[in-house]
Amino acid sequence: MSTTVKLASKPVAALDQRLTIGKLAKENLRKVFPDHWSFLLGEIALYSFIVLLLSGTFLTLFFKPTMTEVIYQGSYVPLRGVPMSEAYASTLNISFDVRGGLLVRQIHHWSALLFVASMAVHMFRVFFTGAFRRPREINWSIGGLLLLMGLAAGFTGYSLPDDLLSGTGLRIIEGIILSIPIVGSYLSFLVFGGAFPGDEIISRLYIAHVLLVPGAIMALVGAHLLILWYQKHTQWPGPGRTEQNVVGYPLFPVYTAKAGGFFFVVSGVIVLLSALIQINPVWFWGPYDPSQVSAGTQPDWYIGWLDGMLRIMPGWEIALFGIWTLSLNVLIPALVMPGVLTVVLLAYPAIERFATGDDREHHLLDRPRNNPTRTGIGVMAIVFYGLLWLGGGNDFVATIFQIPVNYITRFMQVAIFVLPPLAFVITRRIAIGLQRRDRERVEHGRETGVIRMTTDGEFYEEHEPISQYEAYALTAHPRPKIIEAEPRLDENGIKNPNYKKTKRQARLNRFYWDNTVDKPTQDQLHDEQEHAALDTDEHLEHELLPGGGHNPATATRHD
Amino acid sequence: MTTHSSDLEPIQAVGDPLPDPGLPPHEHRLTDTDPKAAKRVERQVAAMFGIATLASIGFLVAYVALPLDGDLNRLQLSNILLGLFLGLSLFLIGIGAIQWAKKLMPDVEMVQERHPLESSPEDQQGAIAAFEAGAEESGIGRRKLIRNSLLGAAALLPLPVVFLLGDLGPLTPPPPEVLAKTIWKKGTRVVNDVTFEPIKPSDLQVGQLVNAMPASYEELPEEAHTERLRVRASASVLLIRMERGEFTVPEGREGWDIDGILCYSKICTHVGCPISLYEQQTHNMLCPCHQSTFALAEGGKVVFGPARRSLPQLPLEVDAEGYLAAAAGFDQPVGPSYWQRLEVES
Repeated sequence: MSTTVKLASKPVAALDQRLTIGKLAKENLRKVFPDHWSFLLGEIALYSFIVLLLSGTFLTLFFKPTMTEVIYQGSYVPLRGVPMSEAYASTLNISFDVRGGLLVRQIHHWSALLFVASMAVHMFRVFFTGAFRRPREINWSIGGLLLLMGLAAGFTGYSLPDDLLSGTGLRIIEGIILSIPIVGSYLSFLVFGGAFPGDEIISRLYIAHVLLVPGAIMALVGAHLLILWYQKHTQWPGPGRTEQNVVGYPLFPVYTAKAGGFFFVVSGVIVLLSALIQINPVWFWGPYDPSQVSAGTQPDWYIGWLDGMLRIMPGWEIALFGIWTLSLNVLIPALVMPGVLTVVLLAYPAIERFATGDDREHHLLDRPRNNPTRTGIGVMAIVFYGLLWLGGGNDFVATIFQIPVNYITRFMQVAIFVLPPLAFVITRRIAIGLQRRDRERVEHGRETGVIRMTTDGEFYEEHEPISQYEAYALTAHPRPKIIEAEPRLDENGIKNPNYKKTKRQARLNRFYWDNTVDKPTQDQLHDEQEHAALDTDEHLEHELLPGGGHNPATATRHD
Repeated sequence: MTTHSSDLEPIQAVGDPLPDPGLPPHEHRLTDTDPKAAKRVERQVAAMFGIATLASIGFLVAYVALPLDGDLNRLQLSNILLGLFLGLSLFLIGIGAIQWAKKLMPDVEMVQERHPLESSPEDQQGAIAAFEAGAEESGIGRRKLIRNSLLGAAALLPLPVVFLLGDLGPLTPPPPEVLAKTIWKKGTRVVNDVTFEPIKPSDLQVGQLVNAMPASYEELPEEAHTERLRVRASASVLLIRMERGEFTVPEGREGWDIDGILCYSKICTHVGCPISLYEQQTHNMLCPCHQSTFALAEGGKVVFGPARRSLPQLPLEVDAEGYLAAAAGFDQPVGPSYWQRLEVES
């Protein structure tokens, strides 16, 4: 027994007598986790959240969340003597008079950007590999909610310093609330404690930002991890990896060291970024003044797509019965579309289950190419998002490329309907092409790059069989399940109540697996390999035939 | 394995072209076979942890040695040094731990079985039986009076909670009416929004644009901070002077300008940003938030962007002392649209 174990044995025994941790530890210390770089993306989100909690706690020790007016007397000379809210003054104080305060502010902002970004990329990973399928739909929904909560945390935090940018963001929120039919103006007065801007909003956002939202995130993260733990992690298909096992490294020591180390790497990178790259220099913007705004006003990156939608929406506003104003130009981009997209995001596992009829448990991931329609949908969503995001920066695009901003907006208004479907079609074709290549590789082997010429003058490339491990990995995915509609009438000529539903499902299913390349069957593979072998023999035979077409090319061959 | 579910059946075994060859043979790393290599990695890891320790000490030194005194260069240096030392310390601890795990801890993959997630039929039936027993004992199915009265009580409970939020903001006078009003009224002088000087028509050149405020803003006491911000958010205006004939006068607004000087609300009718980018050639104003563009020469109408409504115009007059003043308040609510905006009198 090593000294470490001996030292720990007494307190551990004491804990065990009180909490039965022995059993827990025995079952979990050597729990196996599969290894792949893409499984780290969610970890980045978790670690940046921890950095957010730590840096945020530090900031609360100095930040004063009130809109009471003070005259700034701190050490930033250009703003001395300027009346401003205490929130803004204390933010300046953190930046200029607290040692490490600016660093921690930048750490907090950088990790917020990284938090949302890594959640989004993690979600792509889960989407493209089908890791959201049964039994993990619940965790997909929790993840979706976490992403929303991340946006809420980001926006409430962005508003707190009460500088010109954050105030402008709040003004836009007021405009959005006002657009809500019937109750909009009342809601706005409740939120802001009166007519905009009022003197309540900062302290209200503060409690949301430091308690409600992070509390909700913590609860959701806890549930997310517990479920992950309980269901065990997914893994890539491959030799020795089945739906019934998990292949990887034990939690203790390998994962403890790797994941623990990765936490330090992520936080180290965030701190280095904060040391070297300035972010949100609030002292440049000045205190909030509702009659001022700076050109090139931009939200944080994750809100950009919403702003983009507001920008490219045409100016539709209806006067209902000539008395009531319905601002579709605000309502649709700011409230309806985000709501619809959230529902689609949360409902996607159910939609796919309906289309594929696949309600089996999956622990092996899909390679994106083996599910061309899903992959197409994912890329379509990314292009849709990317266009809106670019639309949100149309003034920047205009300055960089010297194009009138109006052209960019007009382009986006068309592109948002054209480019995402185009991206879907192209991605699906590429995925199907990759599937063909996989099948070709399994059936005919690897291209060696060696070109041979037969004595007849025919050229061919030599193929070499691939290893059994690779061949298995390329054929380990499930086959598409084709759904047929149930007959319209049953054998007694009575209408089948399921007919309509199954017909819709069959149509969707046909679209879903359209042109998808299935892996070969045992017989097909056998035939193909035999055929390939025959071909090679035939070529060889030709080459070996004495005196058969002696042309110069064969004569100069060096092998 | 349960018999009633197809889950965890080996899905890909049916009609699979190739059998599972099992895990490929393990390949040893250099550090597994060569003790020297292992020793080298050990030194590497220890070196990283060592440098991380030094970096932490460096942080402390930078913290003590660089007190902030309002000098921006010193602040920048402090930020960079504190960040580099702390970042390096964290980063090296992380890299060291990962290197240790990757090179020195066993890299033989372990296999663990998964277990079906669904409960066994016995457990499922047991759960249903337990629930039924409990429900039966509670009598919730039989005692309909209790059940229904409980449902009623629970259904109404959210209302007190919602009403509790009613005093979050003043709802009297009704917000739609409050939003419809600004402090502009007949006779309010238009003053420059920086100097607060009143403006004579002759002060404005043709093509010139001035950001302005109502003179009554300056009369608000300094302590009325919130009120002052509200005025800035609602009553800010733009003054522009154009040649006669350069602009059109919409019907009903004849005589609202003074010698080609027009006054418009500065608050965007889209979502309320102050419009502030002026294009002198076209007399267009562009809102920097979402690029709604308003033609000041055409009654403030929208020529581009997501806004729908023209900028509200303020009728002008010249007062007894020759300064520009409002001839009346705005004839409609300024700023973003809301449901009741056409119903309220401004």
